[in-house]
Amino acid sequence: MSYGEALQALAVRRDDLIVMTAENRAPIRSLPSALGPRFVDVGICEQTLIGAAAGLALRGRTPVAHALAAFLTLRAFEFIRTDVGIAHLPVKLVGYVPGFLSEANGPTHQALEDVALMRGIPGMRVVCPADEAELVAALPAILDDPAPCYVRYNAIPPAVRHREPFAFGKAEVLADGDGVALLTYGFLLREAEAARVRLEEHGVPVRLVNLRTLAPVDEEAIVESVRKARLTVTIEDHFGTGGLASIVAEVLLRHGVMGAVHAIHLGQRWFKPALLPDVLAHEGFTGSRLAARILAQLREDNHQ
Amino acid sequence: MSAEASLETLACPPSPGDREGGAGRGAGGEGSLPALALAVREHVVRMATRGGCFIGASLSCADLLVHLYSRVLRITPETRDDPDRDYLFLSKGHDVPALYATLAELGWIDRARLAGHLSVHDDLYWHPNRAIPGVEFHSGSLGHLLAVGLGVALDIKLCGGTNRVFVILGDGELDEGSVWEAFLVASAYGLDNLIAVVDRNEFQANVRTEELVPLEPIPAKLEAFGWSCRSVDGHDFQALDEVFAAVPFTAGRPSAVVARTVRGKGLPSLERRADRWFADFSAAEIEDLLGELHGTGAAALTTEGLVVR
Repeated sequence: MSYGEALQALAVRRDDLIVMTAENRAPIRSLPSALGPRFVDVGICEQTLIGAAAGLALRGRTPVAHALAAFLTLRAFEFIRTDVGIAHLPVKLVGYVPGFLSEANGPTHQALEDVALMRGIPGMRVVCPADEAELVAALPAILDDPAPCYVRYNAIPPAVRHREPFAFGKAEVLADGDGVALLTYGFLLREAEAARVRLEEHGVPVRLVNLRTLAPVDEEAIVESVRKARLTVTIEDHFGTGGLASIVAEVLLRHGVMGAVHAIHLGQRWFKPALLPDVLAHEGFTGSRLAARILAQLREDNHQ
Repeated sequence: MSAEASLETLACPPSPGDREGGAGRGAGGEGSLPALALAVREHVVRMATRGGCFIGASLSCADLLVHLYSRVLRITPETRDDPDRDYLFLSKGHDVPALYATLAELGWIDRARLAGHLSVHDDLYWHPNRAIPGVEFHSGSLGHLLAVGLGVALDIKLCGGTNRVFVILGDGELDEGSVWEAFLVASAYGLDNLIAVVDRNEFQANVRTEELVPLEPIPAKLEAFGWSCRSVDGHDFQALDEVFAAVPFTAGRPSAVVARTVRGKGLPSLERRADRWFADFSAAEIEDLLGELHGTGAAALTTEGLVVR
């Protein structure tokens, strides 16, 4: 089932849902005819999208607002923080083509600080599904929850078989080796899974953790990874500031835990715009490139 | 097909019954509005010390707020949760002393609470917030509440409701692009239950609007954005009665009222002054200003004006 089909099925049953967009309709193109006036397209007005969503939420609705992640979280940031965040309204924000998924659009479209911004808003939940199956599975919980929520939209086909039901603040542990712990979120789980296979071929047992939600985050899963594994590696298509690398640092500080952590992210730069496979290869985020980078890090650690 | 054509009535929870239409709680007889406005201005002046407040904009908006709450809005403290009550959003948050005072005079909050202005023990601070009964939504950051009001008005249409949504905007606030986004979208959806009221006191914070970023002709701009617009003297209760009795001015279009006001209205020593948008007066000056409000002569102000330019 696609995201659009899942949202439509829920919205047909639930009168409180209002599906909104700032003229980005691709994954929800069947909803206007299915929902009639409960589908609201404000045009290319991200700020008004969010202000209006807050107004609808004041009236008891649950708005699900869709826009490109960069424009949703950046152009409308202060509206999200001020209208949705301060009032803690149940507005659901769905950001399309986050991170590497903006492919060849260029840096204007690269949402690489969205996790940092959204989790910086008190009470905001941040959900980063690994694939469309996980997104669809998480959707009822996201819509039932009374908190505002940012969804880092991703609808790739699943690369792993999910074992655990979705829950906020609960990571999914997909492999439980004690050599290297790979912590990741979003579509990069696919590349992390490929890296796991490569690493295990090289005799490195891997613990693979799909974090699923970054706010709240599964602190126990992070602490346990750092305690058990020789090296913990965070993998994300995000700037270095405020994403998973920062989250892990915060969690370890809070728990008074020390350990070896290697953070793979974009640092402080935008990525080279191209089609996704080429972006991943160029930036060193394919499964094989990730495995090579991690093996190099392990060798470096051994020499120290 | 425009967006409005697709707005159909959806099933919504039934209202608990018909209410008396027309005026809200009211302040008594026809002649009481000036007296009520005077009481509101006294409160505003008293909030302009021990930390102070945005006195200029509060005084320009006082008559509008008194009039709307007394004669126009179908809402009272007792009916605030009615599904068909009206909404007022104060988007230009600086006016909130006038709103606190109006709510106090009309029984929404105790008058005694106004003495707690800026106290950590209450929530009467420099911008509106929902901890104060009657305040529909927080503001302070300009350019937000027309969009929020638009969302409320849209839902009322979805529900087939008759409530109206009034949003008070500052004229300086019209600099914000988000306001014009919301003007466009409200027009696209034909929200004739949405009424924007512009407090046209001719000042931004420190500067006359026409000297910084000229706004005129405001009515023509709003008409061009698909709104029906009328101008009115924002201190003339009879004129306000007439204009608000006529909303929506055009079926199927949102309405805008440009209320021509005077910043600092009621205190000649503050009126139309760029340096008295925010004021923190001494206790003696407050007594003088209260006297001036009652026509006993100009206050002797020695506290320095505030010009941030």
